[in-house]
Amino acid sequence: MQRWPVLLFLAWVCFLFFAGIGLFMSGFLLTRIELASSSSCADPLLPPPWGRQGLPPGSCWAPQRFSKAVLVIIDALHFEFARFNPAKTSPLPYENKLSFLHHLATSQPRHARLYRFRADPPTATMQRIKGLTTGSLPTFIDVGSNFATYAIQEDNLLAQLVQNGRRVVFMGDDTWEGLFPKKFFRSYFFPSFNVKDLHTVDDGILQHLYPTVDSGEWDVLIAHFLGVDHCGHKHGPDHPEMAKKLTQMNEMLRSLVDHLGNDTLLLVAGDHGMTETGDHGGDSEKEVNAALFVYSKTPLFVTVPPEEPEAVPQVNLVPTVALLLGVPIPYSNIGEVMAELFSGDGDAVSAALQQLSVYHINAKQVDRFLHSYSLVAQDLPAEQLQHLQQLFSSAVEEHTQLLAQVQGATLVPPELESRLGSLISRFQLYLREARALCTQSWARFHPLRMVGGCTLIATSCLLCYMASELAASSDSFYRSCLLYPLLWGLMAALLLGLAHAFTQEGLDLLLVSSWAAAASQLGFFWHWWGRHPKQARLMGNQPPLASAGLRQRLRAWLGLAFPMGILLFRCGAMFSDSFVVAEARVAPFLLASLVMLLVGKLHWDGRLTVPEGPKQQFLGFSSYRREIWYLLCLVAMLLICVRLSGFFHQCREEIPQCRPSLFLSPLASLRNTRAKNLFYLLCVVLLAGLVYAVRSWLRHYGNLNSSEPLVLFVRWGFPLVVLCIACYWAVASSADDSLGKLQELVQVAVVAFPWAVYGLASVGLLLLLCNPMTVFAKDTRESPGSIVTPYLGVPTSEVDFLHVIPQIYRRMQESQKSRLERGSCRATVAAYGLGSVYSAALVIALTLLGFLLMLLHSERLSLAFLLLFLEAFVLLHIHSRARGLAGDAEPFSVPWYAVISWLLAASQFFYSTGHQPIFPAIHWNAAFVGFHLDHSTNLLPAVLVGANTFASHILFAVGCPLLLLWPFVCEMPSSQKKKPKKEPREELQEVEEHMMEMRLRESPEKFSTALLQLGLKYLFVLGTQLLACVCAAMILRRHLMVWKVFAPKFLFESLGFMVSSICLLLGISLVMRVDCAVSTWFNQLQLR
Amino acid sequence: MKEAEIRRLLAANLLCVFSIILTAVVPSFFWDGFTVLGTHLAWLCICSVCVSTLNIILHLVLKPNQSHKRSSFAHKISRFLKCCIYFFMSCILFHAIIVLYGAPLIESVTETFLLAVLLSTFTTLQCLCMLGPNIQAWIRVFSKNGAMSIWESSLQITTICSILGAWFGAFPIPLDWDRPWQVWPISCSLGATFGYTAGLVIAPLWIHWNRKQLTYKSR
Ligand SMILES: [Zn+2]
Ligand SMILES: [Zn+2]
Repeated sequence: MQRWPVLLFLAWVCFLFFAGIGLFMSGFLLTRIELASSSSCADPLLPPPWGRQGLPPGSCWAPQRFSKAVLVIIDALHFEFARFNPAKTSPLPYENKLSFLHHLATSQPRHARLYRFRADPPTATMQRIKGLTTGSLPTFIDVGSNFATYAIQEDNLLAQLVQNGRRVVFMGDDTWEGLFPKKFFRSYFFPSFNVKDLHTVDDGILQHLYPTVDSGEWDVLIAHFLGVDHCGHKHGPDHPEMAKKLTQMNEMLRSLVDHLGNDTLLLVAGDHGMTETGDHGGDSEKEVNAALFVYSKTPLFVTVPPEEPEAVPQVNLVPTVALLLGVPIPYSNIGEVMAELFSGDGDAVSAALQQLSVYHINAKQVDRFLHSYSLVAQDLPAEQLQHLQQLFSSAVEEHTQLLAQVQGATLVPPELESRLGSLISRFQLYLREARALCTQSWARFHPLRMVGGCTLIATSCLLCYMASELAASSDSFYRSCLLYPLLWGLMAALLLGLAHAFTQEGLDLLLVSSWAAAASQLGFFWHWWGRHPKQARLMGNQPPLASAGLRQRLRAWLGLAFPMGILLFRCGAMFSDSFVVAEARVAPFLLASLVMLLVGKLHWDGRLTVPEGPKQQFLGFSSYRREIWYLLCLVAMLLICVRLSGFFHQCREEIPQCRPSLFLSPLASLRNTRAKNLFYLLCVVLLAGLVYAVRSWLRHYGNLNSSEPLVLFVRWGFPLVVLCIACYWAVASSADDSLGKLQELVQVAVVAFPWAVYGLASVGLLLLLCNPMTVFAKDTRESPGSIVTPYLGVPTSEVDFLHVIPQIYRRMQESQKSRLERGSCRATVAAYGLGSVYSAALVIALTLLGFLLMLLHSERLSLAFLLLFLEAFVLLHIHSRARGLAGDAEPFSVPWYAVISWLLAASQFFYSTGHQPIFPAIHWNAAFVGFHLDHSTNLLPAVLVGANTFASHILFAVGCPLLLLWPFVCEMPSSQKKKPKKEPREELQEVEEHMMEMRLRESPEKFSTALLQLGLKYLFVLGTQLLACVCAAMILRRHLMVWKVFAPKFLFESLGFMVSSICLLLGISLVMRVDCAVSTWFNQLQLR
Repeated sequence: MKEAEIRRLLAANLLCVFSIILTAVVPSFFWDGFTVLGTHLAWLCICSVCVSTLNIILHLVLKPNQSHKRSSFAHKISRFLKCCIYFFMSCILFHAIIVLYGAPLIESVTETFLLAVLLSTFTTLQCLCMLGPNIQAWIRVFSKNGAMSIWESSLQITTICSILGAWFGAFPIPLDWDRPWQVWPISCSLGATFGYTAGLVIAPLWIHWNRKQLTYKSR
């Protein structure tokens, strides 16, 4: 059996796809260039009215209005949380809780005001902090770096404050520590990532807040509270806990205001809002709608607040705060000053003049930024820049004129006011258009790379298809289709490397690998083409055969049409945003249709009835009826599984009437104790049922008899794992604060039980790798009848032996001719479970993986996992039934419909384990299963969250070789029913007939080819789906929904592809490992 | 003989198509505000009833399967009752399958059931008329070489077309066009109806074109 070439070939194909994905991603995902420049006091941006000497001491660019500022960031402070509506008689938990803000705004209308604070998407906290301090728009790709917070390189508000000698004190969310290392005069950081922890950060801040304020050793104080956000993530906004949290915030603000002096500006802001489920990250109305509250003890505003609070873009805070505190505006800011805060307490004209001057500074700064940005990057369209430039210069010109007229006092107030007003609105227009331009064009694509990536993926799909057709038919396949292309690819990489070395340019690894991939693909097609004419000539020698071949091929194509048609529908669905949104219903629909079509086709071809004449019809019918009923029952079971799995759905905001499944929330959030206990019991019982089912399956096939460590692990380790999971669930779902003294014990247990499961599962997987044999050999050669197993006395083993199928390996006798005499041939080695040794290893691996993945999900999603196992089992049975009924001549190739249905089930269960291809739907909690506090590295949480998200991809990809193995495992029942009547002696011969998986071992070449074909088919179907996603993202990149639907879908699909392909390789290599072990086992047996 | 039979089939099928068109048009003369989309459930009922009565009448008139045995009245009654039970069971079965395919479980049960009735009318009722309550014969007809007369070929085609039509009818439901016909189950029932009429039209034509290849085994 060729093990390494198969794995190498598959790995190579995976590499081709990865190169394509990487190339496309580099062209598709948005990038914005960060400028290294920063503003300084000495910049020649000073407006005429003050001049340099006119500025009060400690001021830059504009006179300082406040010497101190307190910025209170309440994470996820939705606008509705901050608004107070006295008319509401029965407010929701999150409504009317910040009554103090309302009190300030009504009692001191010139001191306080509430705004709608429009956050720019993506609304992840780190992006928002970046936006709130740089005044710029972080781009889409930054979302993923929430795990790894990098220091902000761009010029920002904090850098300006520090540069101008202000003491910045920070307390709260430790994200800031990563973003602004060593910037703070004093800081109190608290871990932010554990969303289940509502109080650590807030209590920590409250402990330090008032002493720090009173000490006066600060100029700017930033406090970032996380409790509201975490409460949203844990319970959702509509929960009593949220009311408690907001009341706490209200009290905090009340006493904070008492501690403030007259020269202090207070800003209370939310970095983003939250959805109805308490999540955020996207760009829906609820997520971007945060609150901003401004207050000072000296009057700020001239006018009374408007009835409906004004909406302010989040970037506007940066220039406003910078100029109010008298520091330069950060270099890359594109925000617009909030002019009404600059009106002062003079008359209308002087207020307007002051506003004009800050607008002027602001506009100059934005103009400078746009100018230097356009020098380094070409992504801002030139004509629009020119238009902005004109707008700016004409406004500045008029500004100078107007100032001259004001100084000359040639204008009288009414006209002056109107001209001031119009000029202000021109500056406003300029600033708004500039911001709009930036928002628009930081969606910058590299069309060439996108097309290249798309082409690479498409040709890789083609290659998969061709290779899967070719692998069966040729002998020197690996040399011409693997070795030469690899050499081509290496050659291309080497050449490129050399070229780079000579030209001294930076080596772009991505480009090199995609060129190498393209070259090796070219090599494959070249060699394929070279071989093709030879085959055609061979065909040409026998003209009658050729025509028959053509007809056969046509028939084969028609047979292909129906699974491929379903695949085509699935791919087509990726091009419509509605279908992507509804994919959770599309995949099951197509799966059900595929299976129904399969049964229909079998019936249409007369496979379900006897093809004899009408006389025998009745007789034959009854004998086949059981098969039909069995198949129909399986199909019905599949349909029921598919339908039931729909109950574990997560919602997208695009479907407003959708309610997320009750099963998604953790048990801890259930308030009804009885329901909680019932659900808990149900989950545990079903989990135990899974273990029981797996064990009885293994016992049925005789894989549970040996005393190997692996089998012992299955016997004793599996229940132990279930016990640990059950304990973990019990501890995790118990109420948080009702335990009192036990709290510490609970804290330990919450960490200890997951670790026990991790440990046990990894021990199991290690055992599986070390010795995957689950075979119990009964050697009757020397001592017939005696069995040397330590646990023979165990009462259950009696039953075991009734159900095992002794597998006698025919070749054993043949190969032992030299050692054994002809007469002793009847003494044989009965190997229990040899016939299912490959599947047993896979089933054990899948169960272990299943335990791990269940642990990462919330408790009640384990039901979905059980459905997953059941559905996979039913699918495998349908597949092997259909194989048996169809009577295929080629037992070693897995038909397309099986692969496609397997993958449809995989994507169906992606949705049915509570996932959606959008960022807010990611289960971040998974990173804290077994970890109490923050992670030290980013790798581990990424792995945990990734495993949680792609759980079904992992399970189905690892289990993929079962599609090949299952029909062999299931070949037994057809002859089993005759068995009881037979004599024992006859049974021995009868048993020799069905060798199950040992048939695969009999022809190792075919086995390896079959594995390769299966892998290629799997990759082809996966790749086709990926190709559809990539094409959809490319073609529809200016679509309204691209950032909401297509881009996340593409990211999830490509990540899913990577996970699936790696897991597929792992699954196939596990089969290879078992094959190795079987070989050594046979060798040992022969030596004995 | 064959040509004449094909012509009879064509006439019968066109009559069915005509009746379906009439069900969409005629009631609006008697009932203000009747539209296929607006009062869809009513139309579903009318269409099912009309098509089934017409089919039964056509069956009685044309007698496509000449049964030579003269059966007793009691036998006929039991046969009729059996047909009713079969029809009802097929409605239930279709309902179950539609629900398993993703139709809402509890809401709009009536709609789903009426769709099931419509589908049964287009498929099961035809089978009952043509083959009687004889599952064995049904299973035979729906296999590759199972059709034994042009009537059975037509039955094959119309049944498959109606089910395919209903299947394709589910496709526009998720689209965000907000059209009245995207409401469950209108698109599916319209799809089934279009599929059925298409099948009715296609069947005689297809049989006509393939009359050389079609050689029916005698029973
Ligand atoms: Zn946040
Ligand atoms: Zn959050």
